[in-house]
Amino acid sequence: MSCSRREFLKNTMAGAVAAAMPACSVILLAPGEAKAMTDGSKLRWAFLVDTEKCVGCGLCVDACKTENEIPYDAPVSRTWVERYVITKDGETHIDSPKAGRDGFTTGEIRGEEIDPEDIDKAFFVPKLCNQCDNPPCVQVCPVGATYQTDDGVVLVDRKWCIGCGYCVMACPYGVRFFHPIHKTAEKCNFCYHRITDGKQAACVQACPFEARKMGNLRDPEDPVTKVISNERVQVLKDEYGTKPHVFYLGLDEKVR
Amino acid sequence: MSADLVVHGAEWTVKELFVYPNEFIYWSIQIVMYPYMTGLVAGAFVLSSLYHVFGQKDLKEIAQFSLVFSLALLPVAAVPLLLHLQQPLRAMEPLLTPHFTSAIAAFGIVFSTYALIVLSEIWFVYRGYFVAQVHALRDQPGIGNSLRRSVYRGLTLGAYDVSDEALATDHKAAKILAAVGIPVACFLHGYAGFIFGSVKANALWMSPLMPVIFIMSAVVSGIALCMLTYIVIMEWQAFRNRRRGGAMQASEIRGAEADVVSKSARYLLGFLVAAISLEILDLIFRGYTAMKSWDILRSVMYGKDFMNIFVLQYTLGNLVPFILLILPGRTIKRTVLALLLVLFGVFMMRWNVVIGGQAFSLSFSGYMHYHIPIIPHSVETFKEGVFGALFVITLPFILFWGINKFVPSLGRDAGTG
Repeated sequence: MSCSRREFLKNTMAGAVAAAMPACSVILLAPGEAKAMTDGSKLRWAFLVDTEKCVGCGLCVDACKTENEIPYDAPVSRTWVERYVITKDGETHIDSPKAGRDGFTTGEIRGEEIDPEDIDKAFFVPKLCNQCDNPPCVQVCPVGATYQTDDGVVLVDRKWCIGCGYCVMACPYGVRFFHPIHKTAEKCNFCYHRITDGKQAACVQACPFEARKMGNLRDPEDPVTKVISNERVQVLKDEYGTKPHVFYLGLDEKVR
Repeated sequence: MSADLVVHGAEWTVKELFVYPNEFIYWSIQIVMYPYMTGLVAGAFVLSSLYHVFGQKDLKEIAQFSLVFSLALLPVAAVPLLLHLQQPLRAMEPLLTPHFTSAIAAFGIVFSTYALIVLSEIWFVYRGYFVAQVHALRDQPGIGNSLRRSVYRGLTLGAYDVSDEALATDHKAAKILAAVGIPVACFLHGYAGFIFGSVKANALWMSPLMPVIFIMSAVVSGIALCMLTYIVIMEWQAFRNRRRGGAMQASEIRGAEADVVSKSARYLLGFLVAAISLEILDLIFRGYTAMKSWDILRSVMYGKDFMNIFVLQYTLGNLVPFILLILPGRTIKRTVLALLLVLFGVFMMRWNVVIGGQAFSLSFSGYMHYHIPIIPHSVETFKEGVFGALFVITLPFILFWGINKFVPSLGRDAGTG
């Protein structure tokens, strides 16, 4: 078969273009992206804290410690409750003894007795991991041991964490610590083992006043989603650009 | 507290006012040592490059020494990180599964690149010496000499060509490596600064100036340590020679020193001025912009840490040695004192960044005080205590002693580069 040079070049070009066409139509996706494009987008966990309802009983902290096997007396906790007392002189007194585990049973704040007459306002604020959409802890983990699931929860792989503490430093909310036994980074994960099994998170279940609730932001019919979209909610420290997903009702400007 | 309840950080953290329950001083003395040691490595290398690249002939002797000393310092820069990890057995993971959005992930890569540059530069500088040793030790009796010869044979990597042409190529290669090494050394250390400067949660650390400040103070500390070690070793040799009436004249050594020392001191002063200017700029900027965090930062800087920052770091560690070095009629003793103070000042700067950055709560409503463990009662209190830090400080000198046996960097035997 004879073939001129011009023809050969023409055919080669056509062949190359034909071969490249299907390659162009393929997009390389990270496993997470691929999953999100198929089924992951139907679920995004969010937490709703109604600070008006919290009485500081500490049952949530107690339940969390037991459920997630955080040594009961260790001075660390995946969730905690803060008490704020704002006195007439404008001072803000804050405490969280034992992370609020045993409740707030005295009027004493860090050894200082406050006269009820001097109090302008006082309230409790439960805190936990904000499961940020832009989590700085995930960004700084040098080995990828902490990662975000498709449904928005940030998890820690205890088998892979090297214990450098960079994530602990990077979290503006101070939710992370080292597990006293596993010696790896530890934090609230919305009780991922429970919520993926159709159960409530331990703290949500333990709260007698429904101050803590969880829902799916992607489901417009979800009662929690309805509150978040229809009422005036607030998040903590949004100036860090972390896009936190724990929403607060009745949050005071004094809350840190 | 029972053994299973040891919470990392609780041992040495004392809280004041309101601090979140999980907040402790997680990054302690070893994280102070990490940038300190990396800074010394980078600084030592930059000093050696001043001769190799920019042809500062009067720095030849200290340059050779700095190069070998930076090799001794190099492995030690990684030791604090290893001692600090809660899971030290997983230390290789950043190399196996690096997560590149993290500033720490690239540490292994940057560190290894730098190590390769230092090792190959030393090889090119000393190859001629290695070959000469192989020949010189050929007919020497004794098992020690034959062992030494085997080591040198290994070190030549089979390259025995010592023609003028080959040595000129070596020289050129060393020069190129030294030139490439400067940005890499700066990167290695600037990057340590980036690890801190990029933590947006920490009001004290977050600053784009942090990497530059770290580089400047790194060069300052590196030059200071090299000068100090050089002076001490040369004085010691001179002292021994005087006692023995040895072959080398003590005065000859002294003469060499004065030149080298005054020249190095000039570079030291330059970098010191740059470092202080940047730090002051950072401080003024924070006060002027007075962001939300300024109230607590001010109370830490001008209150709780005033002694550490303004007295120990700026006055004793920067201002006093600056005056000591700049006043006319400088003697070796005064230089040594100034150098010790400079090294102390840079250490205090690292301390004030790492520990100072954790001296206040993320809630901006309380403080944390660091009580460094002195007498260890557990592995953790050893690693993250005074003895752990002393271990890290002594290590480079032990390594240098060993390396210098095969790669002599001082006196007449020094390499050909």
